[in-house]
Parts: sequence; structure tokens; C-alpha cells
Amino acid sequence: MLRGLLRAIHRKCLPVSESKSDSSVIAIENLSLVFETGDGPVHALSDIDLDIQRGEFISFIGPSGCGKTTLLRVIADLEQATAGSITVNGVSPHEARMARAYGYVFQAASLYPWRTIAKNVALPLEIMGLDKATLQRRVQENMELVNLSGFEKKYPWQLSGGMQQRASIARALAVEPDLMLMDEPFGALDEIVRDHLNEQLLQLWDKTNKTIVFVTHSIPEAVYLSTRIVVMSPRPGRIFDIIESDLPRQRSLEIRETPEFQHLANRVRDGLRAGHGYDEEG
Amino acid sequence: MKRGEQSGLGASSGSSVWPVTVIVLLLLALWYIATVGLNLAWEKDVAKRAGRTDVDILELVRGTMRQERPVLPAPHQVLDEIIETTIKKKVTSKRSLIYHAGITLSSSMLGFLMGTLLGIVLAVGIVYNQALNRSLMPWIIASQTIPILAIAPMIIVVLNAVGVQGLLPKAFISMYLSFFPIVVGMVKGLNSPDISYMDLMHTYSASGAQSFWKLRLPSSLPYLFTSMKIAVAISLVGAIVAELPTGAVAGLGARLLAGSYYGQTIQIWSALVVASVVAALLVMLIGLAGDYINRRMGLTHE
Repeated sequence: MLRGLLRAIHRKCLPVSESKSDSSVIAIENLSLVFETGDGPVHALSDIDLDIQRGEFISFIGPSGCGKTTLLRVIADLEQATAGSITVNGVSPHEARMARAYGYVFQAASLYPWRTIAKNVALPLEIMGLDKATLQRRVQENMELVNLSGFEKKYPWQLSGGMQQRASIARALAVEPDLMLMDEPFGALDEIVRDHLNEQLLQLWDKTNKTIVFVTHSIPEAVYLSTRIVVMSPRPGRIFDIIESDLPRQRSLEIRETPEFQHLANRVRDGLRAGHGYDEEG
Repeated sequence: MKRGEQSGLGASSGSSVWPVTVIVLLLLALWYIATVGLNLAWEKDVAKRAGRTDVDILELVRGTMRQERPVLPAPHQVLDEIIETTIKKKVTSKRSLIYHAGITLSSSMLGFLMGTLLGIVLAVGIVYNQALNRSLMPWIIASQTIPILAIAPMIIVVLNAVGVQGLLPKAFISMYLSFFPIVVGMVKGLNSPDISYMDLMHTYSASGAQSFWKLRLPSSLPYLFTSMKIAVAISLVGAIVAELPTGAVAGLGARLLAGSYYGQTIQIWSALVVASVVAALLVMLIGLAGDYINRRMGLTHE
């Protein structure tokens, strides 16, 4: 909280034109979102301050109800904030969505069952109205990137859960966005597949230098993947702590055995616990 | 659609042959029993008037299946009549049931096509426009509460007054009946995509038309074919009903009407049987087309 306040004050002191640095992809200030429900207002997000830099891998972690998915959906313009300001690539989320500035990966692979895998990956490209040659090149490239070459003509039900999710990542990548928004993409997969996909995702991020915003409720996943971990707590949904990772950019799965990794994981765990404790007192 | 939902009419696997045969035989047996029961009184009457009191019960029973105008004809009488009026008659003959079925079929198919189109258009309007949803839906439901027998003559008379004749008035009745299941099924189908599928379209900033063609319409196809199975059967009913008040001279309805004028129960029953066989074939065809579409779309897993 204090840190956010300091940053807000700091920002207010700067001239408006420089308030966002060039490398800032997402800038969120004092953002709140209140859902009006039959049982009265629900404070899904409260006073969110966050600045995401180009090339970062940032994770939102927290218990259910902390608003991590909602925050991601606000960035994607799938929900609208009720107060505060947010820019994506320097423009409003709506304009960013219209410009197809991001690729979104859902918790479920959400592949259209009547389309083959290649056709599913091609879906956003068809909507963008790309010419056939570019479309086919991008489909091929991105299917290669997620190791799905050879499965072009298969239907989603013919693939395992992990492969389906990889296809959905290829579909998001095919738009060639600089920003990837991923909502618990591996949440429904078993541990082994998940480890494997985490490793692949890191390599992909390293290769493409995209900005990735990643929602998860797994501490090891958040620590393993992220350059920065945003710990959130529920009722009202808010940022409890932001933890910088000092792990090297290139990481293998073995890094999870190191004391540095354990230390970071403990900090996240403490943050989650403290955030929860606060909640139980209130 | 899941594997188990495949149309039972289409493929008859080895395990389903026996139950079906048993049921058919049971129904035939019941029919014969009913024939004897319903026609016996007449048979006794004939014997009494002939002054015979010592008639063998077996002879009476045999007699119940040979009457020219029975209360209920025996299955083999109906079958004989059908063979007589289909295989043994030229298709162009006025006495051929195939000719009459063709007349009825052409107007019911036209009506079915019009009803399907109308149903789809209405469903799209209802799904995309809240005002249409609230204003149209009650009328659509109300339209189906009016007995078709009551409104069919009115429609024919009105259309006749404005110079619409021939196939079209009959097709209109078929359309009137068949658009309803299409509307209901298509509204459900167009609204069937998962929220995440819709969100996905949102993240691509897809236009309304793009989400319609690439998401809503494909999602609705299984629903459409299920509705079309119902619609095609009732459009045939509509065409037959439409032939009754018009005094039509051709068509299955006309055969029914003529049969009832002259007490030709065998003719009535054979027209009924042919009508139901035609309906079953149509439903089967739509079912097969639906299965094919579902397979092509990867919705049925094999």
C-alpha cells in the first residue's frame, strides 16, 4: 500500500508527458472495480497501482476471490474498471483491444471443436483479414513454436489436454502481439505436463522477448516463471505485495531446488498468508 | 453431440434388430386383435340377416378380415391396397399413391424450406435484438396455440382472394407449422457458445458478423438439424391438413378425404400408412444429413 502511495505521489510530481516511461506496457493507477450485485456491491478490485515494463514476466498470485483474473480481464478490456486509470501500450484497454495489442490464453483451451488445430490457430488471423500466404506462414510458424507440427489436421478432441493448451497458446501467439495475457493456462493440467509447459513457456518468452502477464494460484509456478510476482489478497481484491525475483533470466526446472528459489517461494507464501490473515480478522 | 445420440432411425446395429422386430410383431398382433374385435359386430349382423345362427366362430373371424368397408382394416388388407396403388399402378395414374404422395411432398418440402428459412431469420433477429426478442416471441408461441385445422381454411381463403393458388397455399400451412421448432432450436443454438468462446471473439475485436459466421452459426448447427427433424415431419402434416378444406383432388389429404366420403376405410388407412412412411423417411434423411454435418465438423467423435 505504502509503496503504491509513494509511487503515485512520485508520479504526480513528474510532468504529465513523462509520467509513463517509454518501456511501460501497462500502467494502472488507483484502479477499482465494483460489481453491483443483488446482495450489494462487491469490491472485486480496490486501489490497484501497478506498472508493467516491456519484456517483464509478471505473475498475479492469490487465493480465489482476490481479483487476479478480474485484473487481467480489465487489462484485456473484457471488464471495465469503475474508478482509476489504466493504459495498455499508452492507450485505453479498449483501443488496445481494437488494435489487437495482446494475445489472451484462457484457463480452458477453448478451441472450437468444429475446427482442426490449424484452423483454430488461423481463427484470429482470419478475423484480422490476413492474406492466405501470410496466414498459412504464421499458422505453421506458431504451431512449430509450441511443438505441434504434424497435428494440423487433427481435431481438438483428438489431442491431450496439454496439447490443446499448447494449441491455444499458438493461437494467441499467431496474432503476433507484444503482450500475452494468460489466465491460469496450465491450471487444469497434471503436474508433469505443467512442469514441461512451464519450461517451454519460459524458453518462448526468452526467445520472443514478449511481455507476459500470468495469473496462477501455484507458488512454484509463479516463482519459477516470473521476473516479478504480484501477491494479491481478497475482499476487497487488492495488491498485498510485489516481489522482485533475482533469479537469472534463463532458468531450468532444477532451479527450484536452490535456496534462492526457496527463499522467494517463502516470501510469496508469507505474503499470501498475511493477506489471508488480514482477511480473517476483518 | 455425443456418440450415443446418433439417430436411432439411421443405423440399426445387430443388437437393436431383435427388440425392434419384437415390438413390430406385437403391434401387428394387437392390430389383428383389434380388427377382429371391431369388425365382429358387422359380421354377426350379416350372418343374422342371412338367417344363419350356426356360424362357426372361425368363419366369423375370417370374415372380419375380408370386409370391403371394415371399421378397421386388417394389416394385410392395407398392405394389399398399398401394393395395388403403388407398384401396380403407373406413377402418373390418378389412382397411384405415389402420385398423390408426390403432390403432397412437393408442397410440404416447399413449406419446410420456407419454414426453415423463416425460422432461422426470426431466430437471428431474436438473438441479436432485445426488442425483437420481447415483441416477437409471445406472438410466435401464440401462433402455435391456434389449432391448425381452424386456421388452415382461413389461410387458403385469404391467399386465394389475393390470387395465390397452386402449391403455395399448401406450402404456407406447412411453413406455419414448421418454422416454430426451427425458431426455438436456433435461438438456443445461436446462444449455445461457451462464454470463453465469446470472450475469445472479443479479444480479437471481431465484428458482429464475424462472430456470427465463425462462432454462433457453427455452434447452432446441431440444434438446427434436431429442429429440422421435427419440422420436416410436421410440414408433411401441414400439407395433408391443407388439402382437406380445399377440396383438393390430388394429394394424400385428398385421398383421405375421398376415402372418408365413400367410407373407403382401406383407402384411408393405406394413405395414412404411406404418409407415415414418407415422414419417417424424411426424418431419417435429415438425421443422416445431421450426422454427416456433425462428423464433418468434428462434433461427433469416432
